[in-house]
Amino acid sequence: MVKFLIPLVLFIIMAIFLAMGLHLNPSEIPSPLLNKQAPAFTAPKLLAPTETLSPADLKGKVWLFNVWASWCVSCRAEHSVLNQLAQQPNIMVVGLNYKDNPEDARGWLTALGNPYAVSITDQEGRVGLDWGVYGVPETFVIDKKGIIRHKHTGPVTVQDVENVLQPLVAQLQAEAE
Amino acid sequence: MKCLIFLVLLWVNTVYAIDAKQFTDQKQQADYESLTSELRCLVCQNQTIADSNAELAADLRRQVYEMLQQGQTREEIIAFMTARYGDFVLYKPPFKIKTSVLWLGPIVFLSIGLLMVFWLIRTKAQKKVEDEQEHGHQEKLVKIRRLLNEEEERS
Repeated sequence: MVKFLIPLVLFIIMAIFLAMGLHLNPSEIPSPLLNKQAPAFTAPKLLAPTETLSPADLKGKVWLFNVWASWCVSCRAEHSVLNQLAQQPNIMVVGLNYKDNPEDARGWLTALGNPYAVSITDQEGRVGLDWGVYGVPETFVIDKKGIIRHKHTGPVTVQDVENVLQPLVAQLQAEAE
Repeated sequence: MKCLIFLVLLWVNTVYAIDAKQFTDQKQQADYESLTSELRCLVCQNQTIADSNAELAADLRRQVYEMLQQGQTREEIIAFMTARYGDFVLYKPPFKIKTSVLWLGPIVFLSIGLLMVFWLIRTKAQKKVEDEQEHGHQEKLVKIRRLLNEEEERS
């Protein structure tokens, strides 16, 4: 009896691990920045290169930080979702134009619409490195105190907006400064 | 000629992602080489940043190089990277509750394997002894019967 049970138990254990493996996404790496202060930067604005922006300027606001680039194919898929999202009141999307040519980036926004309240340029990817960016697009949610509360890797879908981002932003809006 | 081209192609595959970097001394170069071969490229996850040609890997190499130039230590650079990318960026993760399965798993599986080998050897050896005993018993029975038969024939 035991002889037949051992392979069965081994098989069940293996099946459990393999099933878990099937549902994990290896490209989704948990960010150590979650629930920490957003990394500081001072970077030029894409549409007004003489002006700069830093997270300190956004204290007291709930904002989304979306990493994008004109060379990024998934960003194109995400863009219409962001355009819709940006039309809603109380939602502020800040863009990080990551390792891109500013000319191309400006052309992209003109052609596809601009969901960003403001975009900043990061041609060398230094701001991205500080934020632990490893794949574009990525989206962070930052609360009124300047703390990163959520990170989304990969293109944002309509479902993500409805199920995760909107409820979270509403919840963070209700929090005290 | 074809053979030569083939060999050249094979060789190209093994070449690292090389950027021209100037080091102030040998220790700095050694630190750079060991650090870049310990940090994982997060885009192509099975490569170190020394091996990878991904843009992110080049950025991380540049970061390591610049931090070394500023005189920062290995530990400081590793802390910098894990603060941004988590333990996942390290090919040699620290021992924590979360990584305990990773570190202890091989030992546990080896022990299970060894236990099973011992168990198999012991049951086999026991069976052999029993078989021999059984065999000896049978031989004795045959002998007894023969003796009894001889006795009967004689009487």
